[in-house]
Amino acid sequence: MDYFLQQLINGVTLGSIYGLIAIGYTMVFGIIGMVNFAHGDVFMLSTFIALIFLLALTQVLGFGSLVLALVIVLLLGMLLTSLWAWAIERLAYRPLRGSFRLAPLISAIGMSIFLSNLVQVTQGPRNKPVPSFFGTVLTLHEGETYAVTLSFKQILIVGVTVLLLAAFWWIVQNTALGRAQRACEQDRRMAALLGIDVDRTISLTFVIGAALAAVAGLLFMIYYGVVSFSDGFVPGVKAFTAAVLGGIGSLPGAVLGGLLIGLIETLWSAYFSIDYKDVATFSILAITLVFLPSGLLGKPEVEKV
Amino acid sequence: MLAKAVTDALGTAALALGLAVPILALRTEQNISNELILQPRWGYVAVAVVGAFAARLLYLIIAAVGRAPRRRKVTVPSGWRDAVARSFAGIGLACLVLYPLIALSLTGKAGAIKWIDNFGIQIMIYIMLGWGLNIVVGLAGLLDLGYVAFYAVGAYSSALLAQNFGLSFWICLPLAGILAAFWGILLGFPVLRLRGDYLAIVTLAFGEIIRLILINWVPVTGGYAGISGIPRPTLLGLPFNASEEGFAAFFQLEFSPVHRAIFLFYVILGLALLTNWVTLRLRRLPIGRAWEALREDEIACRSLGINTTNTKLTAFAIGAGFGGFAGAFFAARQGFISPESFTFMESAIVLAIVVLGGMGSQIGVAIAAVAMIGGTEILRELDWLRRIFGPEFEPTQYRMLLFGLAMVLVMIWKPRGLISFRMPSIFLHERRRVRAELVQEGHG
Repeated sequence: MDYFLQQLINGVTLGSIYGLIAIGYTMVFGIIGMVNFAHGDVFMLSTFIALIFLLALTQVLGFGSLVLALVIVLLLGMLLTSLWAWAIERLAYRPLRGSFRLAPLISAIGMSIFLSNLVQVTQGPRNKPVPSFFGTVLTLHEGETYAVTLSFKQILIVGVTVLLLAAFWWIVQNTALGRAQRACEQDRRMAALLGIDVDRTISLTFVIGAALAAVAGLLFMIYYGVVSFSDGFVPGVKAFTAAVLGGIGSLPGAVLGGLLIGLIETLWSAYFSIDYKDVATFSILAITLVFLPSGLLGKPEVEKV
Repeated sequence: MLAKAVTDALGTAALALGLAVPILALRTEQNISNELILQPRWGYVAVAVVGAFAARLLYLIIAAVGRAPRRRKVTVPSGWRDAVARSFAGIGLACLVLYPLIALSLTGKAGAIKWIDNFGIQIMIYIMLGWGLNIVVGLAGLLDLGYVAFYAVGAYSSALLAQNFGLSFWICLPLAGILAAFWGILLGFPVLRLRGDYLAIVTLAFGEIIRLILINWVPVTGGYAGISGIPRPTLLGLPFNASEEGFAAFFQLEFSPVHRAIFLFYVILGLALLTNWVTLRLRRLPIGRAWEALREDEIACRSLGINTTNTKLTAFAIGAGFGGFAGAFFAARQGFISPESFTFMESAIVLAIVVLGGMGSQIGVAIAAVAMIGGTEILRELDWLRRIFGPEFEPTQYRMLLFGLAMVLVMIWKPRGLISFRMPSIFLHERRRVRAELVQEGHG
């Protein structure tokens, strides 16, 4: 029981990170119907941006307060990752809007290859161990053989995720931008006719997705303590699985899916086999798409003849 | 107008500065005590910013000049151009057939191995994979992002058959193709109902699952260590080695490793041409027409009584079969295989070749394979760049970087691929080119 509780805590932590990335996939798919293949690599890029700024602040500028440094890193990371996402959308996706359907997909795959290799070339192919911090661990329950622990990192990750999701939910529900997004999602041409700047709305969608991915990137770096240029693909596919499982296009679905994927992954590793944990995720992706294409919370797609 | 262009280019330069700042300006390096330290490299940022400014300004000026009215172009007489276009396939084929001999005569025996093996054979493998995937993506319109799975099945099944049962390459080759086709049907079944991007993602998942199984099923596949000592192909029983029974001794030639490279080149050329020939013939059969009809409109197909299940499964199976042939060849050529060779990147490269070439166009796929694979391989040869950028400059590490960038730029330049017309397989009075915009991309 203790062991299970511990896995539950770990799973929710991991799931929060996947949920944050999944929102980027689900929003972009909702609004332009495209799988943004490069999103996983934007996330990877954001882990590097966070790492570099953290090192710059603590080593070069000699910041004493770690919390203040992390807040600055978070804000700068969100800003620069958003800039990247905006530039990628502008360069690689916008010229292809409304053209051949495969073209943006190929362009996105190309961007994904470009980003991971850019980081490999500029930052080197080796894994980067991050200086560890937040080592404090709270013991929740001391069993005879096993102690359930909750680390400060995990509280931080779940706390930041909940806070940002609430803020983000408020934006989508209550601001003009959120209304414009939902309008574009329903009918892009009609929205344009009614005076919504569709291109700007789509750009901002990419920017918001990237900003949340940047948050996930910082949390990922803190949690795992190591970043690598190849960390884009697998977390990206898992977050995409989360988006699909929750129902692509649905925001609560993405968070729910993220939590489920995080839990499934940790429980699978804990009780079955750690070697096959990625197989479990990929199988869930295939099974969901084949048997439940609209996901848990998504709207079913109607085929028009 | 120039002032406007300069302002625009300054904006681009500012954007480049913003993008380059953390990633390019500061490199994280581990010092002796394994701590990460930052190495500032502001020179690179300056180059990137100036480069972005110049590129944008040049682009704007060229675009402005292009918009200005210009005098009529001198056109080549269309009869001559048509003749070149018609015989292009023949010329290309002749170049491929003569390629090893040209390489041999230009670079000599020792130098030719590199050009035939790294260049010729590598490109031919991708042409063959592109043609195989073209059946699935280009003809049947089923977007497959996990094609590497069948390549892997072909490679591993031929390697395992050769190792465990001592079968020769020429027996393993058809068996590997059949097994891969069988896997094509097996993986095709669950995805029959899926369309578009969803199909792409599920096939991607299948490709990754197969790779993860290859990594983790150590007793059979050897895990990361892979399988080594795969027997090399022989010419009618003549091995390509220095022994008494070898090829060189039999024909009383001086032994040279280049013989094997030339032989392998012709084997893969033959396999690729077989793929092409089968595809071209199948397009005229009812099944091939059903594939193209399925790509154009699945609902209409179903309404007209075409069995879409069988049509899709045959496309998957035949495409996978050719992938399996290519895999068996790959295993025999390398003599060693490991899961490293079958990553998602390979699927992405093959799909990129098919789409960049112009889906469904056989010649387009071949041109794209030569341009993309040859173009990135040639970076290995650019040693003279070191003289400009210093000795630690390594051109090969920019290979995939440029590949990704080229994918994006070609798509923006020609979203329909390089060859943007199709020849109809069936016509009423005369055969006329169909513009690619009129060809559907398929629903699956």
